[in-house]
Amino acid sequence: MSTQHTRRLALPSAILRHTALLATGALILIPFVWMVSLSIKPPGEIFRASFSFWPEQFYGLENYTRALTEAPLPQYMLNGVIVCTMIVVLQVAVCAPAAYALAKLDFPGRNLLFAMVLIALLLPHEVLALPLFILGYQIGILNTYAALILPYIVSPFGIFLFRQFFKTIPDDVIHAARLDGLSEFAIVWKIMVPMALPAIIAFGIFSVVSHWNSLFWPLIAVRDQNLMPPPLGIMAFKNEEAGNDYGPLMAAATIVVAPLIAAFLSAQRWFVEGLTGGAVK
Amino acid sequence: MAEISIRSMRKSFGATSVLKDVALEIADGEFLTLLGPSGCGKSTLLRILAGLEVQTGGSLAIGERVVDGVRPKRRDVAMVFQSYALYPHMTVLENMALPLRMRRLSAWQRLPLVGRLLPGTKVTADQIDQDVRRTADALSIGHLLDRKPGQLSGGQRQRVAVGRAMVRQPAVFLMDEPLSNLDAKLRVQMRAEIKELHKRLGVTFVYVTHDQSEAMTMSDRVAVMLDGELLQVAPPQEIYADPDDRRVAEFIGSPKINMLEAKLREDGFAETAGTSFSIPADLAHGTTLALGIRPEAFHLVDSHGENVLTGSVRLTEHMGSDLYVHLAVPGSDHPVIARLLAERAPHITSGQTLHLGVKPERLLLFAADGRRLRPDNRPNGTVLRMKEHA
Ligand SMILES: Nc1ncnc2c1ncn2[C@@H]1O[C@H](COP(=O)(O)OP(=O)(O)OP(=O)(O)O)[C@@H](O)[C@H]1O
Ligand SMILES: [Mg+2]
Repeated sequence: MSTQHTRRLALPSAILRHTALLATGALILIPFVWMVSLSIKPPGEIFRASFSFWPEQFYGLENYTRALTEAPLPQYMLNGVIVCTMIVVLQVAVCAPAAYALAKLDFPGRNLLFAMVLIALLLPHEVLALPLFILGYQIGILNTYAALILPYIVSPFGIFLFRQFFKTIPDDVIHAARLDGLSEFAIVWKIMVPMALPAIIAFGIFSVVSHWNSLFWPLIAVRDQNLMPPPLGIMAFKNEEAGNDYGPLMAAATIVVAPLIAAFLSAQRWFVEGLTGGAVK
Repeated sequence: MAEISIRSMRKSFGATSVLKDVALEIADGEFLTLLGPSGCGKSTLLRILAGLEVQTGGSLAIGERVVDGVRPKRRDVAMVFQSYALYPHMTVLENMALPLRMRRLSAWQRLPLVGRLLPGTKVTADQIDQDVRRTADALSIGHLLDRKPGQLSGGQRQRVAVGRAMVRQPAVFLMDEPLSNLDAKLRVQMRAEIKELHKRLGVTFVYVTHDQSEAMTMSDRVAVMLDGELLQVAPPQEIYADPDDRRVAEFIGSPKINMLEAKLREDGFAETAGTSFSIPADLAHGTTLALGIRPEAFHLVDSHGENVLTGSVRLTEHMGSDLYVHLAVPGSDHPVIARLLAERAPHITSGQTLHLGVKPERLLLFAADGRRLRPDNRPNGTVLRMKEHA
């Protein structure tokens, strides 16, 4: 087994591949490195023509203090945690049973429903902003956490992804579960979801990242500063008149993306597996 | 107790009819095998018995109870699947305990943390644990309880699948080709073990297979199924020696039964392959019929005559104690295969001319439509002949 995995590439081709991979990796990483670098520099050094990662004068403390105090960034981050957690939990709670029904149950109209899921997959969420705003107004949830959470709990992408994954689970497993006495909901939660865990985790990461970073809908749905999402903490340093205040802005940006990077790294194994393998066994 | 009664069971998927009017009575404690080629509807029938599929028509009773529309859980049947269908994310212990937990613990007691605190949970959970361990030991998988299915060999998985079915002591065992994923040696061993299990438990087994040696060695009765119809239900020996239908005769037995198309002469002889056989039945002359001759029904004779097939040897195959001789006979496309005792026929070489005699009583006669014609000319081999149950 191990001999197969460690099979050596010919040297030139190995160099070529690694160069290509390193170049793409660098391309994606450089902005982040730059961001961190800028976040610890004083204003004077930021616009120097020459680039160095380390500042001559360490200004990190000042930048980060301003980032954390000038706007209520901690509050925004807390909002982000609450909203994203609720969204993910509710999304899975809604999508898993729906996907199970679409993948494994036989009922009239199933294909039509799945076609509608596919159509919903094509619609950008922004298109729905106005109807959702009016709906939110009608049921009186604007300017609450509910306004930030509820529009997202039915995720066509989640339903689609789970459905594809559930399809790969053999029918016999479900038959066995029924004989063992599990109800249909118990089958979803005790059998299907654990077996599809890589897909669920991958989906969770997608979902958290996109809602953590989203600004469009929160700015429409809520006005209360105490409900605003993390990116607003970055916006505070975008100043029309005096020009942007780059040091604290970059510090805020670093703080905002740090939890995402930490979460991704810890779930990396699952994430990669979920995207590449539909294999259950 | 747990006799099963299937009455005019029908099942279609859209326009394709998979089960056509299947009727079958299975006695309590019987080991019945459903035998048929791939795609004939065996699994479908088994799934209907388990309640996993709803029949299009007909009715089903297990014990005294009509169970049409009864949920699988309430039928007191357990099933072993061809793919084993173990839960890959649970350990062997959890796999086997699940059916007991679902039955003996309430929904509240099954909750992850709260459940432990409820009265009675601990006692029941310990009891479940004991039952699982006892069953696991009986199947000699006690040392595997902490592993996940992915860490087991095929044979071990198969035992776990049997264990999961066994642990809740069902009245009926349904097994869908449980041995088809095992290698030949293990299959023979598991065959004996399942038979042993049946003796020990004494409950009704319905066993599905397309492997005739499994069917012949394990069953009390075999139900031969073809294209969604039951052709014959009888003890293994009777299925082999006294088939009701040409398709049954051709399906059972290896090498396959030799079929010779023959024309009946006025003098009561059937003419085929350059010879004539005396036919015990007084059939109308001119009737075409098929003569079925099992390979072992032949014996060597010295010269040509009535009831003797003569041809040239195409091929001989030594199978240890037996010798298979492929004989090209006039008027037949495929060679006739005879199975002779090796020590009686050591001198046969290919190309040589051979005379093979058949005793008339060993001929199996089939009408043009495939029905069996019995010696007393009573064509009682109807397609759906059933054993009469008083
Ligand atoms: N859900 C279904 N939808 C449509 N056709 C089906 C379905 N399930 C089974 N069939 C058809 O019914 C027929 C019988 O299937 P079944 O699984 O009962 O065969 P089988 O005798 O168990 O075969 P095997 O030995 O290969 O397992 C097959 O032709 C199959 O294509
Ligand atoms: Mg089958």
